[in-house]
Order: sequence, then C-alpha cells, then structure tokens
Amino acid sequence: MRVIEPWVAEPLQRFLTESAARVVLLTTSSGQVVAQHGFTRALDVMSASALGAAIMASTEELGRLTASGASRSLSHQGPSRGLFLAGFDLPQGRWIGLVVYDHDSSLGLVRLFFDRLVEELRVLAPVEQPAREVLAADFENELNASLRSLFGR
Amino acid sequence: MKMDIVASLEAITRVRGVRGAMFVSAEEGLVVAESSMEGIDGAAVAALTAGVLARLTRATEAAGRTAPVFVHLRADGGGLMAVPAQGDLMVVAVTDPEVNVGLVRLEMRRAAEHVA
Repeated sequence: MRVIEPWVAEPLQRFLTESAARVVLLTTSSGQVVAQHGFTRALDVMSASALGAAIMASTEELGRLTASGASRSLSHQGPSRGLFLAGFDLPQGRWIGLVVYDHDSSLGLVRLFFDRLVEELRVLAPVEQPAREVLAADFENELNASLRSLFGR
Repeated sequence: MKMDIVASLEAITRVRGVRGAMFVSAEEGLVVAESSMEGIDGAAVAALTAGVLARLTRATEAAGRTAPVFVHLRADGGGLMAVPAQGDLMVVAVTDPEVNVGLVRLEMRRAAEHVA
C-alpha cells in the first residue's frame, strides 16, 4: 500500500484487511491519486484514476439529468472479479474510491467496509486548507511527485 | 413472487425468539428481501454472513465434504442461522439465545424450497 496523505494509511489498511479487496485506488474527483494498493505500474494507476474520475463525472451528470440524484456508487461484476466505484465528500473536497475484489470478498463486504472507511476518513481528515491556484507546471510537478511516492521511484 | 418471498420470511419471524429473517444473495452478500429486521443492520449481517458461508463452503469442500446445508452460529446475546437456497440465494435468520432451533431450521428450509 502506498499513500500520499499519511492520515489515510491506517483506515485504508483496515479496509484492506477487513474487505479482502485486491486493488484499491483513492483519488480526488479530478483524478489526482491519494493512495493505492495492488497496482504495480504507474501507468495503470494514471489510467485507472482518469477513468474512475470520468465514470463518476458521467454517472453524476446522468443522475442529474434523470433527476435520480447524485450517484453514490456503482458496481460491475465480472466473471472472476468485481469492481466498485464510489464518490464521497471530505473537507478536502470530493474523493473517489475504486475497489477491485474477487471471490475472497463480495460486493456486500466491500460496500460495508467502504462505508466504514469513509466514516473514519471524515473523522481523521485535517481541517481544510485554503485553496491555492493550480498552475500547469505545479500540476505536472505534483503528479510526478505523487507517482514517485506511490511507486518509490 | 415478491409477496411470496416476504410471506415465507414472515413464517420464520413468527417463531418465538426470531428477531429477523432475510434472503441474501450469497455471491454478492446483498439483501434480497427481509422481514422484521428492526434494530439490526441487515446489510452488514447479509455481507458478513455471505462471507462466512463462502469460507465454510470452501473449508468443507477442501476437507472432501459437501457444502453445508445448515449453519448455526451461537453467541451469548443470540444466534445466527443460514440455509443455502436455490441458485445464488440463502436464507438467514437472526435469533435470541433462547429459540427453538429445530423449528427455525424447518421454516428456513421451507423458505429455501419455496424460492426453488
């Protein structure tokens, strides 16, 4: 497991242990990676975070168009692995969780312990810091720094 | 069909000492239908029971035995029973400590056969 925000580590480790999830990715709603477990390549993390953010943005817009409200989570069950994707709000803004699980877990277990993870993150989240202007150069630097932290290179 | 399922669950919850009963999707650990589950987190019970049953099934199969047909967890404050049903479903009951286990099991098996 690799985390950018240290206060995320303990609840995320507990979630991994209790849910038996294989892969977890926490990102901001813009796709910036906060923590990951189970990925071995930076490229996979970047692709998954971008796709996760795009899917959540699409489903939330779909919810707005159909008046069914903002999408909380969605799941996809494949033949051997399932995927769970959920958005949640923290003082830092909206985050997205992407979880992949297999036959050692289930959608019910992932949902149950993901809800607990979100509750714990809300308690542990530091007080919001004032937003600063994001420049293109800063974005790239931060992205590279995040990937170095996540993959140790 | 939905009413039939609920009626079969109500037959279980009519047994004295049964606090709630539900049909659970065994593979996904999600509640399909429930009856009299006040004060019980049905989603949590469904997810955790499905997880326990899946592991028990794997353990018994690894031991060369068939999958369990009835599971009974006993604790100081009450009990939990599970009966696999047709396909992906299972019947789950949450009980008080003092309950007629045989009668609950009978009603759970009837409910399981009802959805077959």
